[in-house]
Amino acid sequence: MSADPWAGTGVVRSGGGPQAYSAAAAGPQPGNLGDILERVLDKGLVIAGDIRVNLLDIELLTIKLRLIIASVDTAREIGINWWETDPWLTGDRDRPRLEQENRELRHRLAALEAGDPSD
Amino acid sequence: MTEPHAVWGYAVTARLSPDRLAGLSGVAGPPVRTVAAAGLTAAVSTVSLAEFGEQPLRRRLEDLAWLEATARAHHQVIDALPGPAIPLRLATIYRDDASLAGLLAQRQAELAAGLRQVTERAEWGVKLFAAERPAVADAPERAGAGPGLSYLRRRGHQLSAAEQARQADAVLAEQVHAELRGMAAAAQLRPAQAAELTGEPRTAMLLNAAYLVDDGTAARFAAAVRELGRRHRTRIELTGPWPPYSFALPGTGP
Repeated sequence: MSADPWAGTGVVRSGGGPQAYSAAAAGPQPGNLGDILERVLDKGLVIAGDIRVNLLDIELLTIKLRLIIASVDTAREIGINWWETDPWLTGDRDRPRLEQENRELRHRLAALEAGDPSD
Repeated sequence: MTEPHAVWGYAVTARLSPDRLAGLSGVAGPPVRTVAAAGLTAAVSTVSLAEFGEQPLRRRLEDLAWLEATARAHHQVIDALPGPAIPLRLATIYRDDASLAGLLAQRQAELAAGLRQVTERAEWGVKLFAAERPAVADAPERAGAGPGLSYLRRRGHQLSAAEQARQADAVLAEQVHAELRGMAAAAQLRPAQAAELTGEPRTAMLLNAAYLVDDGTAARFAAAVRELGRRHRTRIELTGPWPPYSFALPGTGP
């Protein structure tokens, strides 16, 4: 194993992990949390451990990560926008009440229509 | 009485002397050590089952602060390993060393091939952002058109300009990816990251890709990325070198 594969390549490898080089900016920036999470959670070798925790089974985590990592705009463009109406995620506690009210109104409307055949 | 423990795995490497890991500590603090079998080495550390058992782990994974600290610790160990390494996904945990050693022996051929694939290569991340565009100029007014018709015309003009810009972005992303893929041993596309995460809310991310690049080509690859940014007058960001997370085994991944 050679000491440093980066010697002579002109690539600066700092001890602090991957650095970002913006083609426009001069100085390196640390890789962001998203860069790390999308790699350690979504990539890397999956071999069966003894502690069975399938990251994809953790619904809450998956939802949070999708919100963080997947581009929200891109997802909306292709029609994945379920979280916008998910009462748990939007914190829309009123939603069940509104749905109930909606059902009741429909019921009354149906009753009115049934009771007034002349219209 | 000792607390029940488990073994957290970071990565698989070729034969590795334990003293090369001196001073390295892993998730939750304890030192990183090695488990060797079948000519392979796994970098591991001991974790408490009270914290990393199935049930507590599930709960903790929901805690984003804990997840961030753990993800960073996991990554830092993998990044610090000397020589080629196959990173393990976060939260790969074994009952004991023997269980992991058995797995190394059982999958020896596959893991050795995986290590050959990433030897003297590293993963580089490239993110391409859309250029900031000037606001769309209004369509020329036509004499005699009423306000309603003028509005519709203006709106139609804006929409077709947006559609053209979107198509131009897609073409640009494809060109950049094709050129960089040509310099890499392998490539992987990822979903674009959310603006909240990149800290760049003004410009959309057009490309979020990972390339497995020969160490000897890395400087040329970095120069090509810079040149693409200049040529297309757009922001393009290079991160790396990363451990080969996206190329953990030949032929894996989408």
